[in-house]
Amino acid sequence: MSIQLVDVEKAFGPKEVLRGFTMRVEDGETAAIVGPSGSGKSVLLKHVVGLLRPDAGSVVVDGTSVPELNRHGLAQLRQRIGYVFQFAALFDSMTIAENVGMGLRRMPGWDRLRIAKRVEECLALVELAGMGDRYPAQLSGGQRKRAGLARAIAPSPKYLLYDEPTTGLDPVTTSVIDRLILRMRDELGVTGLVVTHDMTSAFRVADRITLLHGGRARFTGTPSEVRAASDPVLRGFVEGDPDLYYGVGWQNEGINVGGHDHGA
Amino acid sequence: MLERVSGALALVGGRTITALQGMGQAWALLMASAASLRNADVWLPHLLPQMARIGVASVPIALFIATFTGIVMSLQASYTLTGTIPVYFVGTLVGKTMILELGPVLTALTLAGRVGANISAELGTMRVTEQVDALETLAYDPLAYLVVPRVLAAILMFPIVVLLAIALGIGSGWITALQLLDMSSPEFVKGLRLFFLPWDVWFAVIKSVSFGAVVTGVGCYFGLRTERGAEGVGRSATRTVVVASMLILCLDAFWAATLL
Repeated sequence: MSIQLVDVEKAFGPKEVLRGFTMRVEDGETAAIVGPSGSGKSVLLKHVVGLLRPDAGSVVVDGTSVPELNRHGLAQLRQRIGYVFQFAALFDSMTIAENVGMGLRRMPGWDRLRIAKRVEECLALVELAGMGDRYPAQLSGGQRKRAGLARAIAPSPKYLLYDEPTTGLDPVTTSVIDRLILRMRDELGVTGLVVTHDMTSAFRVADRITLLHGGRARFTGTPSEVRAASDPVLRGFVEGDPDLYYGVGWQNEGINVGGHDHGA
Repeated sequence: MLERVSGALALVGGRTITALQGMGQAWALLMASAASLRNADVWLPHLLPQMARIGVASVPIALFIATFTGIVMSLQASYTLTGTIPVYFVGTLVGKTMILELGPVLTALTLAGRVGANISAELGTMRVTEQVDALETLAYDPLAYLVVPRVLAAILMFPIVVLLAIALGIGSGWITALQLLDMSSPEFVKGLRLFFLPWDVWFAVIKSVSFGAVVTGVGCYFGLRTERGAEGVGRSATRTVVVASMLILCLDAFWAATLL
């Protein structure tokens, strides 16, 4: 297996975000972690790339235990992982082409000409050809997300991590991004891990979907298994029904939206 | 009564712990940044641009302040000394004060606002918009990319800016003495040379190097620890100016006590 998280726990002060989360992503598949905002999806993703260390549990990528890596080891691992940030996280003082070429400059044997060629290829792949000399502030939200994707795929990573890739986008742009995610899997053979609360997008791009609830993996299955599941919490989330998700009477019980655990 | 006392003690204890934690984290950042010096391929390309931003761009404001400081020093020296001490001591007072104290300290305090707040806001914005995380995911060492070139640039450029400020401060004091105090150039120069020691200039350079490291180091520290959006960025910039200014004055006293 290529990405494996076992019994991962993480707390920030008194707030326990992850309480024994376990999941696997097999080579070549795209998996989605779904859950409401604030449930810890982005925190999970940051563990995979070593931006956060778990309080307990293990995170293994490509056979390497991520929390045990030193800075050099992390830098080497990160050359195999592309990370698409929720708000793109483009360097706003650089052009789009410079942003896309950033990861390539760290790779041995890449001269300026080779980088420029690869940048053009990646921008064309995300349908931003000819926009390399613009600055992030000159792009729309969807274009910025695509530029972020181009930057992530430029070093030809084995893994791509997508943090809310379609949040805040219109339905058409969402479809464009979803198709790009599928192309990454089908044409480039990239193993993908998507965190999202957009179920339409998750059904479209994921081979397997995991519901993160109460800091744990509540349910894992294929999109058809998710659709057919009887678990009320999962159904509540998929259908957007708070009575199912939190339980009837949740308003009267003062349940903290996004932070209540109904147990696995 | 007992509750109030225990509450006050808890408050003091809590703040002490927070301050000690901050010092520990600052030390850890310093050590990690020193270790990042070996990634010269990352920081070296950014050194010259940072020297221009931190040093060259700071020259006008530093010179503006030095000019008026020199004028005021000359006039105040004349006001204080007239009728008691030979007037050429105006040159002595202007020279000594500009070199030993006002040149380095006033310039550093000004740059704590201009450079320190700028670095803190820039790095803070990068932190809250996940650009620092993005650097890490692209296999960059953020300390080598962001901290090292800024601190090194300040260490190299602060002394130059300070020496320029000292020169202009003395120059403006000299012109003031000639134009407004009816002194002659030989008189002013006589006073200027009277107690001049080359060590004084080295003293100013040593202070400037330490001030440069403090201003940029504090800016990077608070910038990289920024949380909670625009409000957090503003808070980090304010803290940078306050803490850097305090440290400049503490260091100023430390150098005076140890090197003079």
